[in-house]
Parts: sequence; C-alpha cells; structure tokens
Amino acid sequence: MSSAFSAINTVQRPPHASVSQENPSVSPLRSSLPFLGSNHKLRPNSLHKNGASIRRQSSIVAVSDVVKEKKTKSSSSLPNLLITKQEGLVLYEDMILGRAFEDMCAQMYYRGKMFGFVHLYNGQEAVSTGFIKQLKKEDCVVSTYRDHVHALSKGVPARAVMSELFGKTTGCCRGQGGSMHMFSGEHNVLGGFAFIGEGIPVATGAAFTSKYKREVLKEADCDHVTMAFFGDGTANNGQFFECLNMAALWKLPIIFVVENNMWAIGMSHLRATSDPQIYKKGPAFGMPGVHVDGMDVLKVREVAQEAVARARRGDGPTLVECETYRFRGHSLADPDELRDPAEKAHYATRDPITALKKYMIENNLVEEAELKAIEKKIDEVVEEAVEFAEASPVPVRSQLLENVFADPKGFGIAPDGRYRCEDPKFTEGTAHV
Amino acid sequence: MWGIIRQKVGTGGISAPSMQRIRPAVSAWRSYSSSGKEMTVRDALNSALDEEMSADPKVYVMGEEVGEYQGAYKITKGLLDKYGPERVVDTPITEAGFAGIGVGSAYYGLRPVIEFMTFNFSMQAIDHIINSAAKSNYMSAGQINVPIVFRGPNGAAAGVGAQHSQCYAAWYASCPGLKVLAPYSSEDARGLLKAAIRDPDPVVFLENELLYGESFPVSAEVLDSSFCLPIGKAKIERAGKDVTITAFSKMVGYALKVINLRSIRPLDRATINASVRKTNRLVTVEEGFAQHGVGAEICTSVIEDSFGYLDAPVERISGADVPTPYAANLERMAFPQVEDIVRAAQRACFRSVPMAAAA
Repeated sequence: MSSAFSAINTVQRPPHASVSQENPSVSPLRSSLPFLGSNHKLRPNSLHKNGASIRRQSSIVAVSDVVKEKKTKSSSSLPNLLITKQEGLVLYEDMILGRAFEDMCAQMYYRGKMFGFVHLYNGQEAVSTGFIKQLKKEDCVVSTYRDHVHALSKGVPARAVMSELFGKTTGCCRGQGGSMHMFSGEHNVLGGFAFIGEGIPVATGAAFTSKYKREVLKEADCDHVTMAFFGDGTANNGQFFECLNMAALWKLPIIFVVENNMWAIGMSHLRATSDPQIYKKGPAFGMPGVHVDGMDVLKVREVAQEAVARARRGDGPTLVECETYRFRGHSLADPDELRDPAEKAHYATRDPITALKKYMIENNLVEEAELKAIEKKIDEVVEEAVEFAEASPVPVRSQLLENVFADPKGFGIAPDGRYRCEDPKFTEGTAHV
Repeated sequence: MWGIIRQKVGTGGISAPSMQRIRPAVSAWRSYSSSGKEMTVRDALNSALDEEMSADPKVYVMGEEVGEYQGAYKITKGLLDKYGPERVVDTPITEAGFAGIGVGSAYYGLRPVIEFMTFNFSMQAIDHIINSAAKSNYMSAGQINVPIVFRGPNGAAAGVGAQHSQCYAAWYASCPGLKVLAPYSSEDARGLLKAAIRDPDPVVFLENELLYGESFPVSAEVLDSSFCLPIGKAKIERAGKDVTITAFSKMVGYALKVINLRSIRPLDRATINASVRKTNRLVTVEEGFAQHGVGAEICTSVIEDSFGYLDAPVERISGADVPTPYAANLERMAFPQVEDIVRAAQRACFRSVPMAAAA
C-alpha cells in the first residue's frame, strides 16, 4: 500500500522544460538537477561548507527519507502514516475551503459583485494549509496580494473576507482594504501588501518584536514565529535579500516561504532569474534553504513543522521554496495566454486536494462519504458567506474620513477635544534623566 | 543694509521699527530667555530620546551608526551604553529593510524610532513610510496602528551636493496618514520629539543638520521629563502687525516676526489664517522647491479661507528650482537668504517691484 504520491510523482517532465531558456553550460549543478516537473525529493541545504561560520544550525531533516521510511513501514498496513485521521480532516477541510472560496470569488467577480484587482490562489492551497496550520493564534502571517486563502487558513471567518471583497462595512477591514489588503488584528494577519517584497521587511519586523519581547521585555515564554509568504518574482527583489541578511544576522524567528509558481504575471521565472533555484539563496546568508514539492501538503507540512520548531527554539530563520502552480491567471483580469496549456494540464493532474483525498482513502483513513460531507459543509459555509456579504450594508459616508489615524480625532487631539499633551496622564512617565 | 531699509520705509504707512527687526534671529533670542539655561538642539533631541526610552521599554532606536558610532550626528550619543544593543540597534545599510522592520515591529506592539542618516536616504525606504506605515491604519480599519517615528536631518547642509540637500517636507506632508513635524529650537525639538514618540501614529520628524549645534534658551518647564508640545499647532514667535511670515525649521531663524509652523501635517491653518486676517499680507518661506511645496499649500489655504482679507498677493520664498549646486556661492544663491525675505516682505507691503519679473 504505497503512498498515493509516488504514483503521481512518476509523471513525465512537462514539455516546456525542453524549451526553457536555461543554459546548462552556465552552471554544472543546474543540468543535473531536474528543477521542473516537480517529482522532487526534499533537498535540505544547510550551511556546512562555510568554515568561518559561527552559527550552529540544526539541519532540516530530509523529508524524503521520512516519507520513504514511513512508506516501507506502512506496507504491512500498520498505521505508520504521515498523519492521523483528525489531522487529515483538518488539512482537507482547510484546502477545500480555500478552493471553494476562490472559485466563488471568480463567480462573484464575473457577476460584478467584486471589482478591482482579485488574485486567486487555486492550486497553491497545499502551501497555505501546510504552513499556516502549524501556527498558533499569536503567530503572525504576512502575505502579498494573493492573500485570501492565507487569511482563511489563519482563522479569519469566510464571511468577513467575503464582505471585505464586496466592499461592505462588515468586512474584516470594514471595506477599506479590499482584496489585496487583508488585515486582522485578532488573528495576527499583518497584511495583504500590494507591492511585492513589501511584506518581507514587515514580517521580519514582527519577528524582531517577538525576539525583543523575549529578550528586552523579559516575556520569557514569547516564542511567536512569523511567516512571510511571497512569490518567485519577489525573490529577485532587493528587500528580500536585505531581510534574509538581517534575519540571519539577528537570528529572528521567521520563516520565509517562497511560493514558486514559476510565473510572475507573464514573466517566467527562468527568464527573470539568473539562478532559478531560490532555496540556494538561504545558505548564502547563513540560514538553511529547503526545497519542497508545494503540491503535496504532507511534505509541506513536514517541512513546516521543522521550520517552526527551529524558529521557536531560537535557532533563527529558514528559507523554504515550495514549488507550486496557480491554476488560474495572475489575476481575474489576466488572459493567461503565455502559459503552455500542456504545462497547465500537467499540474492539473497534481491537484493537491485530489492527492490528499487519494492518500487518505487509499490508506483507509477516511471514507469517501466523510470527505463528501466536508465538501458539502464548506459549500454551505461559502454560500452563507456570500449571502451575508450581499445583505451587508455598504460603508456610510462618514466612514470615508475615519481611521486615518489611531488618534480618534487625529492631530494629537484627545476625545475630549483638548490637546493630548495637556492631559497630565499622557505625559506622565517614569523617566529617569 | 539696515540703513537702506529704514530710508525706504518712509511713506508706506508701516511702522519703521518693525522693519528694523528683520535680521538673523538666532542671536537675538538670547536676550529673551528667563531661566538663563541654554541647550543645543542636539542635546535636546538626545535628552528627549533618553527620557522616552527610559519611560517606556517598548521604545527602541534603529538606524545606521546609532549605536557604537554614537550617531552619525551624535544625536544618539550615550544611548547604547545606557540601554544596550537590543534597544539601540545598529543596522546594515538597508534603508528599505530596516524601515520595513521598524514598521513590522510597530504593527506587532513596539514603538520604534527609525533614524535615517539624512532624509535623502529615506527615498530608499519611502515605500514603507507611505505604503506600509501611513496607510495601514486606514486599510485595516483601525485594527493595526503604527506608533513609529522616522527621524533624521532634512534639507540642505553646507556643501554636501545635490543628492544630500533636498527638503522632503512637501513630499511627506502630501500624504494622509502621516504626521510631519519640523522643529526649530531646542524647545521645539524636545517637545515635538516626545510627542511624536508617544503618538500612536506614524510621524516623520524632519530635523536640520545645521541647527544641531545651535543653542537656544530653555525654561524649566521644557527640561521637565513630561514636557510635550501639541502636534498640529504652530508657534507665533513674535507677533507682528504688518505682514505674516510663515517658516519652518532653519528658515525660522531668518525672520524674527514669524509663525514657526512646527507641524507641516497637520498644518495649523487656523493660526495662519487668524494672523493673515490681522495683517492682511502673507509671505511664506521654505527651503524646498517652489512647485507643489509647503508654501503653495499655505497660499492656497489662505486664499480659500481669507481671500477677502488679503491686501496683496501672497509672496512665496523657496529654494531655487535646481538640484543643489556644490560651489559655495551658487549654493548660497540656491536657498533663501535674509535679503530675499526682506525683499518679499517689502513687495508684500509696498508692491514696489512687480512680481513676475523678479524670477
């Protein structure tokens, strides 16, 4: 009873690999490593050759070894599987929620209920579910404009996200943020940023706060980690490198998750990047760089657990490159003409939801009926979210000028109308000069 | 030169003594102190940071050379020894990175003070100042506020060339969600920096390198550790009855009878308009470029609110419309000098020279 994934892994390399523009003579490493096609085993790459390195890092367990070991053991039908039934159901439900929600967004967009820029996450659910389900409520997630599913996985209610997309006042940001700016103070979703690369320093700052709280404010049990999600295009941006440097320098509890779906709007990753293997950029800065198959939620989950444990222990950052694929275009306005249909078809066969379903059924973790029940439940959740959003009111006119400042009246004026600095409470402190 | 002015005054119906008092004002302030104590702007900023860091452990300083070098302009001198490297953080040369880290840490509960070596370098980080700091409270509908201060020297120094001399007041002041402060004296520096650090919103704090070494008298109230100035209120340095002159930062020192704006955003339109309604004439002075500058905003504000009270067109004094030259004589011509302010005040009062030709 071998794992369902091994069957999928033997699919041929996608045709576009042969017309790729990489030049094998440039780097001897590249030609021997089949980067496309994604039948990868995990490739841990911790810093080991840099003799002057003063940083001790625990290397990441090669998940492929774990998977192989568990596969051989499970041949005797003993439950030595990667997940328990409960965990499997949680993962499945989260991925189904992400998929159903995004599909509904597309429908609503074409019916005119949603507008502006909408970037959908179909196909990448394994990354969001695999990583974010390892986090506590106090941990932070920072994302890009493709952030609906990150917010959902972190715990923001579907109806709040849907209302936000409709621009209603009951949305998670009262309709003031929109698709690309999902914030939640309660669930520690620190955005939703439209500029690629912008979220990475913000995430690094949240990790800095975590470390500061532990070391300066002496909150000894503060082990909050932060995850920064971004794409392959962002891995060429200056801010990414600045933050890799500072995170490794100060050993911040952050995980940099690259969702490499190989396309940045219409720019292929290979055309844009001198060395397309993004995970190698980690060791250059002194942190482990890991590559994982992002269409396989179980593998992603294993890597995530190790990376989160590393960060919580205080061992510092990790760079994880997830090779994944988006089934739809960059946004709902993207005609998606540049991608090879054969490539899309290939990845459609590697749908992470189908793969998990197959794994769980073949390993007798669940009955098909249970999964169907989950799908039905999620459909109802998403329908209810749409109804809620439709029924919600649009923001009132006075909301236009609200929330510019945290100061209720802005400008240093307290609610009672006087200047804050005249209030003795504002200026008192325990300063020792 | 003062003699010449006195002669020209004659017929215009303006009190001669008032025109006499337009001269570089820095040295004049000494005679007006009451407590006898003086403090440089540098010490004022240093003591303000020291006190705020001591009062609240969540306040920390981050920037290039703020720690072991004691601050590129020695503003953060002594703080590393007092508070340690976790709270006075030396960074690599990564403005975008550390400004973003500051913003992220402010999202999650700390109160950073980010220093830019000059505000010219803030352009590398301006994405974070505007997009992730200024706009966040609005985009998140109040869930995430950003109690951060971005501070550093702004505007021209002496002979530092075009890329180190630009004034960014107008750039930042045009963005909602930011508070922009520009102190002049030590009292301004102390009070406004303390208010900025305590403020729950992003503040851009524009200092001036040439003012760091200047001494100003400070009263006992200013030296108190809970001294704060209101954000959004201008200070009338000396009231006049003939013309209203507004200025901020270094330019305040060039005109005695002046409204020291202190706060560029929010602009204290009430004070400016009240003054113009009394004097009926306005001259705005700034170091930055004329087009879309602070002076342009003040002029329009006065036209919108007090048009009927104006007896003469508003005069705008600003830096020359060129990147700052290096040669000392050219640099001097590129920024407003006292004579320019005097001439503008005269034009506002007498209309002796037609405006258009003067460019």
